[in-house]
Amino acid sequence: MLDIQKLRLDFPILQTKIHGKDLVYFDSAATTQKPQVVIDSIVDYYTKYNSNIHRGIHSLSQLSTQLYEDARETVKQFINAEHNYEIVFTKGLTEAINLVAFSFGETFIKPNDEIIISAMEHHANIVPWQMLCERKQAILKIIPFDNDGVLDLDIYKNLITEKTKLVSVSYISNVLGTKNPIPEIIKFAHLHNVPVLIDGAQSVQHEKIDVQKLDCDFFTIAGHKAYGPNGTGVLYGKEKWLDKMVPYQGGGDMIKTVTLQKTEYNTLPFKFEAGTTDYVGAHALATAFKYIESIGAELIGNHEKQLLSLATEKLSKNEAVTIYGNAPQKSCVLSFLVKGAHPADVGMILDKQGFALRTGTHCAEPIMQYYNIPGTIRMSFGMYNTTDEVLACCEMIDRISKMFQ
Amino acid sequence: MEINEIQDQIIEDFSVFDDWMDKYQYIIDLSKELKIIKSEEKVEQNVIKGCQSQVWLSAEYTNGKIIYTADSDAIITKGIISLLIKVLSNQSPESIKNADLYFIEAIGLKENLSPTRSNGLLAMIKQMKLYAIAFDHKENR
Ligand SMILES: Cc1ncc(COP(=O)(O)O)c(C=O)c1O
Repeated sequence: MLDIQKLRLDFPILQTKIHGKDLVYFDSAATTQKPQVVIDSIVDYYTKYNSNIHRGIHSLSQLSTQLYEDARETVKQFINAEHNYEIVFTKGLTEAINLVAFSFGETFIKPNDEIIISAMEHHANIVPWQMLCERKQAILKIIPFDNDGVLDLDIYKNLITEKTKLVSVSYISNVLGTKNPIPEIIKFAHLHNVPVLIDGAQSVQHEKIDVQKLDCDFFTIAGHKAYGPNGTGVLYGKEKWLDKMVPYQGGGDMIKTVTLQKTEYNTLPFKFEAGTTDYVGAHALATAFKYIESIGAELIGNHEKQLLSLATEKLSKNEAVTIYGNAPQKSCVLSFLVKGAHPADVGMILDKQGFALRTGTHCAEPIMQYYNIPGTIRMSFGMYNTTDEVLACCEMIDRISKMFQ
Repeated sequence: MEINEIQDQIIEDFSVFDDWMDKYQYIIDLSKELKIIKSEEKVEQNVIKGCQSQVWLSAEYTNGKIIYTADSDAIITKGIISLLIKVLSNQSPESIKNADLYFIEAIGLKENLSPTRSNGLLAMIKQMKLYAIAFDHKENR
């Protein structure tokens, strides 16, 4: 069992008052709050270790480089990658996907090749592929989902042809909460030698991820959604792909030798880390991952699932509330609408009472188009949320929904 | 009634509420009084940018007065436009142009609405004043 009250003390921001009320933070799917150890790790770094990495013979630079590579090792172990050079630090998940869309795309995609995504993706897992398809005259194919928010795997299996070059889907939908059948999706793609990228924005903060067991070819992480600092992300890629892919950006660190005529690229992972990376962020991200491990990813996930079922049970009793996303395998987010009200109406009143919920399209407009709605109100959970918070919020939603009937 | 008299009336109406839930309930009720824009005027050209929800605004000029109509898909936004229209509709372009809308701050709307929403509120007021300037121009040509 998690001792939530004790754990909450690790997160200083939770003491904040909003409009004079206690902050109840239900927007962890957008970004999680940071534990004190992560905040301290950043201050510590600038106080004691700061120096550019990979570039100096002097002691501080060596120390800083060591911390950076330690962070890579931590990430490797955290997701159980085979090699630490399969871990590329990026400035976010969006950059990680763009990196693959560019570098994989430039290396492997030809006209009329096909890429498959799902209809429930975040824009970060749609737009880079559309851009790639436009650049290469390739074709984007879409796996649809049903009214409950479950992907249609039969259609998926029919979408794969000998022209398919990549499948890219989210681990968990940030709007519908659907936990997609990733192992099955990967197995089927691999039968046809098609690599799979996983948008893991909603993953490592809720459960233990083992990229070797999943056997995914690429896995992407948003640091700031996993209790780490903003501006950090991770791209995991199997060596066999990363090795063949052309670099994403040119600059320092990604080279072996440069003459004014020609450049030889560095080895993995540096080939994909042009310029001075956010090594402080990487260190803080590793600190966040260690923090998650110290609490226990499974305990966190179970706790969040309890909150989700409680919220679902309470809101289902309200006839004015419609829940979007009723997949049997669901996690961490609850999207809904209140009859007669725009999502922003509800979000605004909730805010006045101290409840922080996101409203809008959640960067997944195709989902809104499917349901023909302007957006949703989204309650999303982190390790620090309590059942009391869920009960209070659902009560408030009941009160608010009466105002609009 | 003059603009400032109406504003003072609204401030007085709001002064009885000590709870934000009551204020919102009142704003929701006001949304039902909004003079709705004609459906054929609900076009891109009349959309106000800068709001999280969709807002349309139109204006007509008759007998030296401007009459505003509007709509929104969000109820609270609709209630707020309804307030703005109460204050500014049926006034001369000159007085709309020069109106100091102190009631917004006085009833707590400006600071209490979320930033995205306040921007929308400002955009709405700007558009209403732009109409006044345009009609004023026509008049004095
Ligand atoms: C499923 C999913 N994918 C991608 C992203 C993009 O993450 P970021 O904007 O941090 O790069 C998000 C963030 O909302 C997300 O929820």
